[in-house]
Amino acid sequence: MNLQNLWFVLVGVLWAGYFLLEGFDFGVGMLLPFLPRNESERTVMFESIGPVWDGNEVWLVVAGGATFAAFPAWYATMFSGFYIALLLVLVCLIVRVVSFEWRSKATDPRWRTFWTWANAVGSFGASLVWGVGLANLLNGVPINASGDFTGTFWDLFRPYTVVAGLAVVLVFAFHGASYLTLKTTGDFLERSMRTARRLSIPAALVAAAFLVWTVVVAVDRNDKSVFPPVLPAALGIAAMLLAVLFAARRRTGWAFAMTGLGAVLIVATLFTSLYPRVMVSSTDFSYSLTVSSTASAHYTLAVMSVVALVCTPLVLLYQGWTYHVFRQRISASPTAT
Amino acid sequence: MTVLVLASTVVDLARAQFATTSVYHFFFVPLTLGLGPIIVAFQTMWHRTGDEKWLRLTHFFGTLFLINFAIGVATGLVQEFQFGMNWSVYSRFVGNVFGAPLAIEGLASFFLESTFLGLWIFGWNRLSPRLHLATLWIAVLGSWMSAYFILVANSFMQDPVGYKLVNGEAHLTSVWALLSSTWALYAFGHTIFAGLTTGAAVVLGVSCWHFARGRNVEVFRSAAKVALIVLVPVSCVNLWFGSHFGIVVEELQPMKIAASEAQWQTCTHCPFSLFQIGGFSSSSPTPSFSIEIPGMLSYLATGSFSGQVQGLDNLNQAYAQQFGPGNYLPPVEVIYWAMRGMAYAGSLVALIAIIGAVLFWKRRLEKWRWFCWVAVAGTALPFLACAFGWFLTEMGRQPWIVQGLLQTAKANSPNVGTTWLALSLSVFVLLYIALLVADFWLMRRYAERDPKATDDHGATTAPAMGY
Repeated sequence: MNLQNLWFVLVGVLWAGYFLLEGFDFGVGMLLPFLPRNESERTVMFESIGPVWDGNEVWLVVAGGATFAAFPAWYATMFSGFYIALLLVLVCLIVRVVSFEWRSKATDPRWRTFWTWANAVGSFGASLVWGVGLANLLNGVPINASGDFTGTFWDLFRPYTVVAGLAVVLVFAFHGASYLTLKTTGDFLERSMRTARRLSIPAALVAAAFLVWTVVVAVDRNDKSVFPPVLPAALGIAAMLLAVLFAARRRTGWAFAMTGLGAVLIVATLFTSLYPRVMVSSTDFSYSLTVSSTASAHYTLAVMSVVALVCTPLVLLYQGWTYHVFRQRISASPTAT
Repeated sequence: MTVLVLASTVVDLARAQFATTSVYHFFFVPLTLGLGPIIVAFQTMWHRTGDEKWLRLTHFFGTLFLINFAIGVATGLVQEFQFGMNWSVYSRFVGNVFGAPLAIEGLASFFLESTFLGLWIFGWNRLSPRLHLATLWIAVLGSWMSAYFILVANSFMQDPVGYKLVNGEAHLTSVWALLSSTWALYAFGHTIFAGLTTGAAVVLGVSCWHFARGRNVEVFRSAAKVALIVLVPVSCVNLWFGSHFGIVVEELQPMKIAASEAQWQTCTHCPFSLFQIGGFSSSSPTPSFSIEIPGMLSYLATGSFSGQVQGLDNLNQAYAQQFGPGNYLPPVEVIYWAMRGMAYAGSLVALIAIIGAVLFWKRRLEKWRWFCWVAVAGTALPFLACAFGWFLTEMGRQPWIVQGLLQTAKANSPNVGTTWLALSLSVFVLLYIALLVADFWLMRRYAERDPKATDDHGATTAPAMGY
């Protein structure tokens, strides 16, 4: 495997890590207006992801940085082309990030309600746009011969990409509910399990539809054969079905593992379907951006590979340790407001 | 002609957006860089002495730190995205070189900073005190490392090194040359000192606010002492360091230095003007009024009172010969005042620090209320100095986006027009103003509180930082 392909895989891994980790904290955020019955339960939800959300979000920062460094032309076309979509993501992420630190800093109910909703809307909006955005890489957007996006914001919304957005939202919501079943106690735990069960079937169905459709789009618009994209797609569908089953049987740990696997396999299916292209052009297929046409030179990729080789194991180690430190369930305190 | 006007509007809007979002982001960055280590000092003191006042200060300033850290993180994401969103030509041109430190910043420092800060906020009762203290040390280390890597990236725009041009793109040839770039190392030192100055000035200002109102005097005396121990040397050293940085810039970007002095003709024994009226255009290069220090500009720019400083007109001609006809002058008047705004604000901070230290030493600080209010107002100065500093650095580089290699006017995203830009700029401005108002309200509220060792529910060592 040459370094260009290695970095294509690594960018995919970073997005997968982002979906796996931020996926559940987006899910918890989306459930904020619906699941908790009182302020102390809302606080439990915030605390359940409090120590980890920031580290989870860095996976996105690194995915962006790695794309910039390893595939400058891909980064340039994607980020300038998806301008308004990314503006929406940024607004969502900004209000969401701030809500974590600010919500608890005043007791006024209006202040708290505002930041609770800011987190929920931010989580929902960012999940939706990432789903739509990543699916557009494969579905194709207007890109001209010089590699510039020539479409409008509305070009990003096609039936397939909208389904992608919905699939990501539902999978994240299910993933977040599964996470809460591992972090809560008592009555709140019961309700979290019920919510996970309720979300499981729609999430699995829409995700399955999206994964099948992705393979079709890959064949149809990206000149791929059914294999290999069908492999991660099938595994993804299987993971989501197992998640439904585990959620129904109250096997919470396994359900969470399967929703996480589902989130990872959504990214894996998209990236497998994309390769060797990174952005399909709907203007003219030959204008599509490819791994080799957008990649940085060998030296940059080699330097980055060494850095990744040294840093990634360390990151996994200390992030894993964080999850270990904060593994306990959190009980809603009757005194806390 | 219309096309030309439109094109320049687009570039101007893109620049306005980048400037607004960067300067705003950099209100929170120096505070994080500087307040972090001071809180490390507080918690380390608590760990060593067991004196509860240090714990109270750790919680108190830790909460202020986190209120601001949130906006710093949120607005930092905008910066990473904006290169691609608004400057796609630039991104393709420099990605090979510029992307690497950005990606390394994420992998090597953001992960460290964010993960360990999470451990610190929520780890009070779950980690051993020693380990818990270590998490803060590591988080602060992460923030300093990220400052280094982002300044390495920025240095490539100021003084490109370690690259070669291949098919009209900059390709990295030596990562060591990039990481050890003189410009980057000076900028890093200057930024860290500026951060420490900002953090210490805020701690001093908040302490003085409590003195002025006669509250919590005992505990804030300790905070003020630590703040002054940092502030006096660092703010003074940074004045020297910043002026020394000027000598480096004179070699690498002489146009920036000439513009910051509105020096139109090459000169020796050049005077430094403290203040001038007029003299900001090539057609009328002589100011109608100015106060000058003889030989000072030569000293600041070259290290010798008789040194030669190149003039704007001469440089402009030389650039036209080298790069083809055109105007290579940055906006002189803005840069002249930005440089002075930075230097004067920085000097005032140093002055406040020295007076504060003398008063503290004589045990008068908490009694001289008028000075306490000066110190409170003085917290704005380092933020202003930072903003002016970035105006000087980035506008002084114009018309280049990468010095000598690519011009700003040719580097924006061709597909991002005025509509998208007007929309995004308005959204950012409105959102950022709202956040600033809320941040200021929260900061005031929390800075006014009495420092406590326990949270509102009486739990020991579980701080008010959590959710």
